[in-house]
Amino acid sequence: MSGINDFVIKFATVNGSGSASANTMVAKTLFRMGIPVSPKNIFPSNIQGLPTWYEVRVSEAGYVARRDGIDFMVAMNPQTYAEDLAEVVPGGWLLYDSSMPRIWPRDDITLLPIPIAQICAKQWTDARQRQLFKNMVYVGALVELLSMDMEALKGVISDQLKGKEKLMAANLQAVELGRTYAREHFSCPLSIHARPAEGAKGKIMVTGNDAGGLAAVYGGATVCAWYPITPSTSLPEAYEKYARRLRVTKEGKRLFSIVQAEDELAAIGVAIGGGWNGARSFTATSGPGISLMSEFLGLAYFAEVPVVLFNIQRGGPSTGMPTRTGQPDIISCAYASHGDTKHVLLFPSNPTEVFSMGAEAFDLAELLQTPIMVMSDLDIGMNDWMTDPFTWDDSTEQSRGKVLSAEQLEAFKTVKGKPWGRYLDIDGDAIPYRTLPGTHPSMGSFFTRGTSHDEYARYTEDGRIHQRVIDRIRRKFDTAATVVPKPEIDIRDKGCKTAIIYFGATRPAALEALDELERAGVRINAMRLKAFPFSEDVKAFCDAHDHIFVLEQNRDAQMRSLLITEADIPATKLIPMLSYDGMPTTAAFVRKAVLAHLHPEKAAAAE
Amino acid sequence: MSYIAKPSAHHPALPRNALGLTRRDYEGSMSTLCAGCGHDSITAAIIEACYEMDLPAHRIAKISGIGCSSKAPTYFLSRSHGFNSVHGRMPSVTTGANMANRDLVYIGVSGDGDTASIGLGQFCHAVRRKLNMTYIVMNNGCYGLTKGQFSATNDKNSPSKKGEANPFDAIDLCQMAIQLGAGFVARSFSGDKRQLLPLIQAAISYKGFAFIDVISPCVTFNNHPASTKSYEYVRMHNMASENKLDYVEPKEEITTDYDEGTSTSVELHDGSHLMLFKVGEGHDPRDSDAAIHTIRTNAAKGTIVTGLLYVNENQQDLHDVLGTDERPLNGIAMSELCPGSKALEAINARLR
Ligand SMILES: Cc1ncc(C[n+]2csc(CCOP(=O)(O)OP(=O)(O)O)c2C)c(N)n1
Ligand code: SF4
Ligand SMILES: [Mg+2]
Repeated sequence: MSGINDFVIKFATVNGSGSASANTMVAKTLFRMGIPVSPKNIFPSNIQGLPTWYEVRVSEAGYVARRDGIDFMVAMNPQTYAEDLAEVVPGGWLLYDSSMPRIWPRDDITLLPIPIAQICAKQWTDARQRQLFKNMVYVGALVELLSMDMEALKGVISDQLKGKEKLMAANLQAVELGRTYAREHFSCPLSIHARPAEGAKGKIMVTGNDAGGLAAVYGGATVCAWYPITPSTSLPEAYEKYARRLRVTKEGKRLFSIVQAEDELAAIGVAIGGGWNGARSFTATSGPGISLMSEFLGLAYFAEVPVVLFNIQRGGPSTGMPTRTGQPDIISCAYASHGDTKHVLLFPSNPTEVFSMGAEAFDLAELLQTPIMVMSDLDIGMNDWMTDPFTWDDSTEQSRGKVLSAEQLEAFKTVKGKPWGRYLDIDGDAIPYRTLPGTHPSMGSFFTRGTSHDEYARYTEDGRIHQRVIDRIRRKFDTAATVVPKPEIDIRDKGCKTAIIYFGATRPAALEALDELERAGVRINAMRLKAFPFSEDVKAFCDAHDHIFVLEQNRDAQMRSLLITEADIPATKLIPMLSYDGMPTTAAFVRKAVLAHLHPEKAAAAE
Repeated sequence: MSYIAKPSAHHPALPRNALGLTRRDYEGSMSTLCAGCGHDSITAAIIEACYEMDLPAHRIAKISGIGCSSKAPTYFLSRSHGFNSVHGRMPSVTTGANMANRDLVYIGVSGDGDTASIGLGQFCHAVRRKLNMTYIVMNNGCYGLTKGQFSATNDKNSPSKKGEANPFDAIDLCQMAIQLGAGFVARSFSGDKRQLLPLIQAAISYKGFAFIDVISPCVTFNNHPASTKSYEYVRMHNMASENKLDYVEPKEEITTDYDEGTSTSVELHDGSHLMLFKVGEGHDPRDSDAAIHTIRTNAAKGTIVTGLLYVNENQQDLHDVLGTDERPLNGIAMSELCPGSKALEAINARLR
């Protein structure tokens, strides 16, 4: 199935060796040739010395899910030679540094030995340079083997070396050494290789965390607090990077504030303090941080304070797999905190959506006066995605929700027919009106608290009042269901009673699998969830189908549980489809799981 | 129901401050704390301080954690917004609030459990960030609200009500605050309004992190004579670092009866002054080492030093460090915050 513009190349290297930037250059060069690519970085929770891999799938058809079956292995890490060798498909290639002789116990693949260390030792005397340029030598070899565009590569290298231009010549020299060696020793290009294409034209390549930081800038966030944790760290860092560029006045004053907090408790506390005081405010974290933030999330829920939280999920439980992806926090986020607490979740499926939904999260937080969690993950957050460019409509007015000015407070009773009370449901949508500190000399002050309170924010121990207030907050969830993003429904066969539900990063795998199944004569319908609470359409879709796979990256079928308990979908029709090994889900996994259920005979044949 | 509103009618003869407000306008709802609780006296001093300083109450934000002490903000400044957050986390909430709007006065109220145990980390980090706020700990050496367990500020060997001695060393929050770089550090006693009032006023006027540890006896659980946090003990062992403190408002002139040799004037950021009159040789409140030394040597003798312990008149606050705009961030229009589609196009171009 592999061929021109359709293959997977994998780099096995050691982290901290400088290989990451070289590998990115390969992906970016192919992207600039117009070929759809999807790079996945598989890295250890360690700074230097452990194995790390970088996979690039090349797909002219535009399938950007991860794919099993490595066509080409660049084996640069002796620690993992054995497993890297085993991963190559029969008929594939393996490039390695042949400076030390080595026997590879497989005869069904083509070996591409290059004495990389020797080449570098001859060229450079400095030990660091010898090490760093090794990477560029294999990049050079790939230019010939895969027929990559040299001009595109030059552009990519020069972008990466911004500010260090004097290194350009040496880098190009290393590339040339690799090219020459490959031309002289192998027949180039290989049968799998690259060719200029159109699929990536107009797209951008970006990580979800970069998009998330930008979303916070565009969403108007001015207060950010965070605590470093993989894989969320680069999101607040991106916010700061973009804000320093886009949010500084002519006088050099900042229109944003960011604090690296002492822990996640403080990070969410700062964000809530900012939201309470009328700033758009956010934090970013991952699973362990969610656990720590839980008490505060309950406070923000009950006291109705807007705040945005980006959860870049990783493998759990506990410290789990900090550098592997997953969707294991659906339930812990939906119900974060004790008591009857529920939260609004958004599920972006790529960086473009992290940007749009991330910005929208700030609107929703203020509209609904509650925490909004943007549920990204390591795959979306830290990998480069080929994705649609960011767009922004300058004419949309960002609403700050029901916040009263001094004039509105004074006129409130006349206009609304009732006096103002912080937690009164005036409009029947269960969303009360809030006031900000400092607004009016004698009106609108109230005491925000996590203890039970009446509609005027006064402390109460009267159970009837308590029940009334938490019932109203629950009704606010009904309003939320009408304003959160609607699911994406894909009806491939009107009469079909079988469907798949998916969300987040599994979208490329699901779409590819649906296409493959369709080509194999199996047409099923699909719905991509974009938010919790579920809107009416979610229920209607489920009602219209009898067998529904629920694809998710966790062990306990957490989204399925939410569908059962929150949308009343009968458990019997929801078939769990679970992948939770920490790797991005593949289309093959989805296709096989569908076939195994629907057509066991076809599944067996396909094996 | 423990919300008790106060009658809102004012006696016409009540004195009014420069804003035309009476003391009653600075009060809150009726206290539900035990009669005689030290916390209520601190509440009274806060009301008096804000009234005398002619502060518009709505420009003050009062934030607390959880505990009897953290309930106190309900009992003062009903015209201010308040936030009774979660246990030990007042500092972070105040940090965020302050980042959002640098123009308000932030009064944080906490307890010794709230600050010295569960919230010790947040306390330390608010200090090092030089948050512009007044941080008041109502320190009774115990957990009042959960019925009297020892807190981390309870002195070693100071007994519980049942007579059990506390086996652990105490955390001295003033020493910690000085070490961590607080710009204004004072200790006082809820029973000494004459000292407490000017300290609160000066702390509010101070730009930067102003900390006041106020010993505030818990009459229900920790006021037996042998307790080092009881009224009796503190009255007997209180050594004021100065025998008189005066807060002089910015508009007032400093009158001349302050004697050079025995008085020090501390200038605060809004042009007000705190005049300190020393007992004996006293210590220089601008010398942090001397301040810690004074606290420690006296503590060893069982004496509690109160008054202004340390001040750094030239402290930067968090906004200075962050380089934020002079305008409150929460008031900046979305149109100014959102870079718009053109800038986004340029970003897209770089990602191609
Ligand atoms: C997370 C959490 N743990 C425990 C409690 C129970 N609790 C309420 S108040 C308090 C101690 C308060 O002590 P302090 O801050 O000294 O206030 P005081 O009542 O003495 O004024 C505790 C442990 C809580 N509210 N939250
Ligand atoms: S229990 Fe102690 S601290 Fe609490 S209100 Fe009563 S006296 Fe005050
Ligand atoms: Mg206490």
